[in-house]
Amino acid sequence: MSAPKAVRPYGDKKNDGAVQISFTLPIPKSAVATEAAKRYVSKMGIREPYVTLAEAIAPGFTYFIVYGRATHDVDVSAITAEEAPAAPLSREDIDAEIASRFGRRLVVLGCALESDAHTVGLDAIFNMKGFAGDYGLERYHGFDARNLGAQVPVAEVARQVRDANADAVLVSATVTQNEIHIRHLTDLVDMLEAERLRDNVVLVAGGARVDHALAKELGYDAGFGPGTTASRVAAFLLQELSRRHGVPGAGS
Amino acid sequence: MPNKLGLSPEQIERCRRLARQVADGVREQTSQYTTVATERTVLRLFGVDGVDADDVPIPNRVIESLQACGKLARGAALWMGSALAQGATDVSAAAALLADSKRAAALSEHPRWRETVAPHVEAAVARIRGNRAERERRQAAHPPEELPLLYAIVATGNIHEDLVQAEAAARAGAQCIAVIRSTAQSLLDHVPFGATTSGFGGTFATQENFRLMRAALDRVEPEIGRYVRLVNYCSGLCMPEIAAMGALERLDMMLNDALYGIIFRDINPLRTLIDQNFSRRINAAAGVVINTGEDNYLTTADAVEQAPAVLASQFINERLAKNAGLQDWQIGLGHAFEIDPELEDGLLLEIAQAEAAREIFPDAPLKYMPPTKHMTGNIFRGYQQNALFMLTSVATGQSIHLLGMLTEALHTPFLHDRWLAIEQAKTIRRNARHLSEEIAFPPGGRIVRRAHEVLRDAERILEVVSQKGLFAALAEGVFADTRRPRDRGRGFEGVVRRDAAYSNPFLEAWSETPAGARA
Repeated sequence: MSAPKAVRPYGDKKNDGAVQISFTLPIPKSAVATEAAKRYVSKMGIREPYVTLAEAIAPGFTYFIVYGRATHDVDVSAITAEEAPAAPLSREDIDAEIASRFGRRLVVLGCALESDAHTVGLDAIFNMKGFAGDYGLERYHGFDARNLGAQVPVAEVARQVRDANADAVLVSATVTQNEIHIRHLTDLVDMLEAERLRDNVVLVAGGARVDHALAKELGYDAGFGPGTTASRVAAFLLQELSRRHGVPGAGS
Repeated sequence: MPNKLGLSPEQIERCRRLARQVADGVREQTSQYTTVATERTVLRLFGVDGVDADDVPIPNRVIESLQACGKLARGAALWMGSALAQGATDVSAAAALLADSKRAAALSEHPRWRETVAPHVEAAVARIRGNRAERERRQAAHPPEELPLLYAIVATGNIHEDLVQAEAAARAGAQCIAVIRSTAQSLLDHVPFGATTSGFGGTFATQENFRLMRAALDRVEPEIGRYVRLVNYCSGLCMPEIAAMGALERLDMMLNDALYGIIFRDINPLRTLIDQNFSRRINAAAGVVINTGEDNYLTTADAVEQAPAVLASQFINERLAKNAGLQDWQIGLGHAFEIDPELEDGLLLEIAQAEAAREIFPDAPLKYMPPTKHMTGNIFRGYQQNALFMLTSVATGQSIHLLGMLTEALHTPFLHDRWLAIEQAKTIRRNARHLSEEIAFPPGGRIVRRAHEVLRDAERILEVVSQKGLFAALAEGVFADTRRPRDRGRGFEGVVRRDAAYSNPFLEAWSETPAGARA
């Protein structure tokens, strides 16, 4: 355990606590509304609230932009890392390691579940072209990457896992409403467990509202948030599948 | 028509000829079929509505029953007319009879079915004509609209909450309100019933939800001095049913495109192109502006590479729309601002594409879609991308501008997300009002070269598609590298070969006269 290290937001001076907040209150614009916004922000632990904008955006609704100084701090020394463990490796290295450790292509399925029609995250990880200059899994020799697309029922994922004898499943959850993405992600784990397939695959979740801690809590092996590139996911798959199959990793 | 890009009118004409061959081929291959959705639509136009004890819509029950006893090949209207002629007291009683497959099987074709059903046909046609006149009357009462029309989306899942959001957006300046559907709805082979309060990623399209939203937008009209257009989605497995519901409840604009469903939802090509034709006939008669879905290619594929495919698809969609009776002013061809903002001169490519669409389709109310693919969660960068999008829209004279949300891909828009988007668009539209009149593009410059290149490649795609035919092209994966054979995909079992005695009186009524002609 390292020494406590308390931090606050930084504006232009260390620990000045500078934050910007915007929100809407369901009351008409008035002097009272602006005072209500200040008091609300004060209750959030922010002093010197400065309302830079109070705008009537609809009858009975006022939008505020508020600057202020946060009084809370957080001890970063007490926080454990919550990123999926994966050593940074290039595509070429990953392909070479898969060839030498497994001697076959690893079958990876990708999908968005049930009502989720968004393929943005899925395409960023799967499509050849990839994302931010990092090629997608379809470009790897080491992976037989199969993008099942969006709106795939959980039962269909289970069937594909069995039929393809998949090594891994990547689930993308993009836009959510009323936390529906959590239910779909959970339903898939339940379905794979019911079909006795859960232990056969490495299960990974990704998306705007997903992180490693959440994914672990839902019964996944790893979770990746926004901005994740394919090579990072690929490195994790290599490492996790090597561990499961008892394949000694070169240099690990 | 402006000609700033120096595009060849002959080349554009060649593209139109190729598109006509494609569209005529589609007509040839689809005209001998009907579908369960098309026949359910006929029933809905007669006024068959409601659900049974298991929440199954009555139109579905009737069509299942007719299909089970092998009677669907003559069309639902003939059996509705026969049931009425043989004593059913009204449309509901006739539907109840037809929904019982034993009684339906025993029913024979009545020689006077057509006369019996005629007043019911006329009633629906008159109601739709009346809605159209009502819209025109309301619009004429206000000053001309500023363009591009600002199009905002509401999508809370709960129709009552949607009403609050829609009225707020309308007051803030939105001119079109689209209620996004619950995401799985395009794959449902029935239309849900009644007012709904739980949808995912959107709100179910139901006739009651349409009515409630229409009434809410009409309520704010006197206060804001504008008619607010209501938009929904007739795509997916219930395409024509939703067109009919929209026509009956005076919706003004409909997303109406088969190709997206085929490629991205694996809906059977034959089924959905048959349904599309009937839905477009309905939209033509109702004076509805359709929006096509070319923008959707770009959300999943690379916008720079796919630009010629977008243009080729616009040519095809234009011709399919005209074949269904739609007039130029009703054909809102779609495209999108989806080029990677990191790309050098990406904005120039966007301007080339938007200007080319404007010049090639001068009378179409082009529908311009916002950036979605390259939105990162950095809402400030997103707001900047949306500003470039709006500026391009104004500079190239786009007609319908779907407002980009700074929180795109994070959550369905909050009240203030939408307000920020409307404020931004209004500021740019005012601040750059006559920009398009002041812009000329140097011949041989980057924008002109790009536009010529896209048109040239679009012509090549059209040559390939016209040689193969649209169905073969779809089967071979010409569009978006996705193979969609004619006899595969969702809803194929709902395609029915027509009998020689087949009749759809609505299709007949709306095909005789150019239904889209402005009153």
